[in-house]
Amino acid sequence: MSQTVSPPRTDHPDLPGPVRTRRRLPRYAATGLYLAGLLLGAVLSALSGFNPALTVIYGVAIGTVAVYAASRAVEGTRKATDRLVTCIVVTAFGIAVVPLVWLSYTVLDRGLTRLDGTFFSNSMVGVVGEGGGAYHAIMGTLIITALAAVISVPIGLLTAIYLVEYGSGRLKRAITFFVDVMTGIPSIVAGLFAFALFTLLFGNDVRLGVMGAVALSVLMIPVVVRSSEEVLKLVPNELREASYALGVPKWRTVVKVVLPTAIAGLGTGVTLSIARVVGETAPLLVTVGLITSTNLNPFDGRMATLPVFAYYQLTQPGTATQAFLDRAWTAALVLIILVMALNVVARLISRFFAPQTGR
Amino acid sequence: MTTSAPPRPPQSPDRPKRRRGDRIFAGSATGAGIFILVVLAGVAVFLVAESWPAVVAPAEDVSGGEGLTSYITPLIFGTLLASVIALVIATPLAVAIALFITNYAPRRLAAGLGYVIDLLAAIPSIVYGFWGIFALAPALVPFYAWAERNLGFIPLFAGPASATGRTMLTAGIVLAVMILPIISAISREVFSQAPALHREAALALGATRWEMIRMAVLPYGKSGIIGGAMLGLGRALGETLAIALVLSASGGITFNLISNSNPSTIAANIALQFPESTGLQVNTLIASGLALFVITLAVNMLARWVVTRRADFSGAN
Amino acid sequence: MAKRIDVSDLNIYYGNFLAVEGVNVSIEPRSITALIGPSGCGKSTFLRSINRMHEVLPGARVEGKIVMDGQDLYGADVDPVNVRRQIGMVFQRPNPFPTMSIYDNVAAGMRLNAKKMKKTDTDELVERSLRGANLWNEVKDRLDRPGSSLSGGQQQRLCIARAIAVEPDVLLMDEPCSALDPISTLAIEDLMTELKERFTIVIVTHNMQQAARVSEQTGFFNLNGVGQPGRLIEFNPTEKIFSNPDEKATEDYISGRFG
Repeated sequence: MSQTVSPPRTDHPDLPGPVRTRRRLPRYAATGLYLAGLLLGAVLSALSGFNPALTVIYGVAIGTVAVYAASRAVEGTRKATDRLVTCIVVTAFGIAVVPLVWLSYTVLDRGLTRLDGTFFSNSMVGVVGEGGGAYHAIMGTLIITALAAVISVPIGLLTAIYLVEYGSGRLKRAITFFVDVMTGIPSIVAGLFAFALFTLLFGNDVRLGVMGAVALSVLMIPVVVRSSEEVLKLVPNELREASYALGVPKWRTVVKVVLPTAIAGLGTGVTLSIARVVGETAPLLVTVGLITSTNLNPFDGRMATLPVFAYYQLTQPGTATQAFLDRAWTAALVLIILVMALNVVARLISRFFAPQTGR
Repeated sequence: MTTSAPPRPPQSPDRPKRRRGDRIFAGSATGAGIFILVVLAGVAVFLVAESWPAVVAPAEDVSGGEGLTSYITPLIFGTLLASVIALVIATPLAVAIALFITNYAPRRLAAGLGYVIDLLAAIPSIVYGFWGIFALAPALVPFYAWAERNLGFIPLFAGPASATGRTMLTAGIVLAVMILPIISAISREVFSQAPALHREAALALGATRWEMIRMAVLPYGKSGIIGGAMLGLGRALGETLAIALVLSASGGITFNLISNSNPSTIAANIALQFPESTGLQVNTLIASGLALFVITLAVNMLARWVVTRRADFSGAN
Repeated sequence: MAKRIDVSDLNIYYGNFLAVEGVNVSIEPRSITALIGPSGCGKSTFLRSINRMHEVLPGARVEGKIVMDGQDLYGADVDPVNVRRQIGMVFQRPNPFPTMSIYDNVAAGMRLNAKKMKKTDTDELVERSLRGANLWNEVKDRLDRPGSSLSGGQQQRLCIARAIAVEPDVLLMDEPCSALDPISTLAIEDLMTELKERFTIVIVTHNMQQAARVSEQTGFFNLNGVGQPGRLIEFNPTEKIFSNPDEKATEDYISGRFG
């Protein structure tokens, strides 16, 4: 840096400088005001018996008003409005985190009681009080979800391939639109569809694991299509052309060049779509029902699934209410762990299977 | 134009020769796409087929004894009420969160914070039900009592306040938490696409951050917010288990949000009644499901239309 | 191996838009033919129609004849996939397959077409092709590294190795050096002069010095205005084009007095 030669300036606050400086609140002012607000909030809430939630609510409200007032007095209206919006936006994010933390804490707190070996190794046969487990329900969930994936992934992937590689004109637009619409089908309606379909085929009161898988597929297919479509679109056209120029037919180009290039994204998308349906309760409630014993055959009668198991443990406790409640919470905890694990797996897939770009 | 219109090619084959592998592969891909359309049509057809007996049945045979319409009407009302409450709570929050992540949070943190919000979407609906009934509802009981005492003159808070907290308002709050991620995800996407040039131009004019957002970000993201909110509405309308667990449903149409007697929602009602139903009751429930299907379909189509219309316009920017 | 290509009355369309009109030209075997002209004049489109890559785009079609050693490439019973096996192509930007190693990239033409080959034969093919592309000495110790780990110029030579591994008769190059630095460009130009012993080479280039350096024949494409079809204005030996062209437009373009 070269030294700029300029006449030495002494700071005269009343002389206009090169940049007009305005009076500003010191940096720690906002933090300080919020702390003061919290303190005042604690006092206020103590008037009606101390309550931490009320303290925070009072505190944030008082702090926000104080920051706005101080800024308005010192910095002017425009800056004060800016600070007010900043406070509101940060608070909104804080509010959204509250249920997440609260819910995680509740589920952990209540679910850990029965997170033991028995829960994973026993079914509910002959259990009326303590003990028992969800082995049958966990296996049922895994089998039905796997079956749903076996149905959905080929259909979803082929549809995405159609949309990206082959589709044109009206049919493509129609499929794109209705896949979007299909993502909004309520899960219970998907369950009723599977129920209606199988009732018409096999008569009344039919309950099968595969019905649940069909219902879940209705929910899963559009998710697979959308995520796969996005990923396939990202594969550079140059690679397809390079392959065509080598005299490779189109279908081999898709199978051997396009799909391998997109494999990480496809894997992530499929895993996330599984995570989306694995916790679905409503469609299974109306199609698969529940039993207390272990049934591993999705083509023969009712099966137990983890969400439905949790639902009935909670809503229809026998005489030993607490034992049923504990099992319900543990089932909920296992369900959350399952979903989170799938999310983590999806992230890992996208990180480790991404094609190496070298440079 | 000196070029004459191209004559229809006489020798160039309209249908180029395709290899067998190509034909099979293209055929199965197209088939899969068509199959999806068939499934969607099938959903409608089978629901209509299975709900038909309830439509034609004499009024006194339908549950409630007054016919299908009067059975479904309170359910539709409950569904709409719960969803609207959720939407009113969730939309401003979601927009603020999206602004926080795109415009306020430090850039390095932004992706992580977005992921935290997305986690809310990953939690299964039944777990929300558990949390709502055991944690949220009891915590809200004092608030409901206070609201009845001090705000009782407003019909919404007429009371008598529920002692369990399992009210329409609680259900609406749980729904709001559940649809928060989808609205904020879509708002986030449109906000982050707001042209950097406009934003920098606003800042260069000496705007504060909020003025910049109001001038350059919000107008650009408006239809994205609307579309996102409608997608959230679609999700809320169909939400089943959380409501089935949280809402104490025993009443008819009422705007009283804090009492024990509330209209149920279509989806929750199906989940609660279906396992114990037989015969015509099943057909009635499927008919109500058909009504839900039609409502959500309409809302979603409208939402998609709003969102894609925005995409069409943003292409020029 | 190298073959002669005769093009007669070729019109190329995108949908209803006539992009290139009335091309008549004979491309000699074992030589390099350069195509020059301003942007958008249809030289790349013409190049892509020679190996039927043009019709990959929806709505694109061709009228007229392209005959390679007596066989009409656009005949009713000709499979475009087979045409592309005989006429290889190198693109503007190097595009090695990112999921494949250097070795697999070179063997890709065989592998993707599911040709059964013995390991020793494949090894030999890979080495021969990489030597043919003057790349063997630089990569022989890291054949299992991803193709995208190479430098831009090396990647382009890898793409050439991949194209000649299929043993085509003709090699089309669409501005193969425009994304490369001068040294890599020189390496590719040297390679082209070696390759013309075995292949018929057609190259599209914006670089007139390059056309003058490497080619025997040069074709000049031009168009009268926006929305008009491109035409082959002049086709002559390179020396003549650059010293004493028949057409005024060619001379204007070459001397830089163009538009």
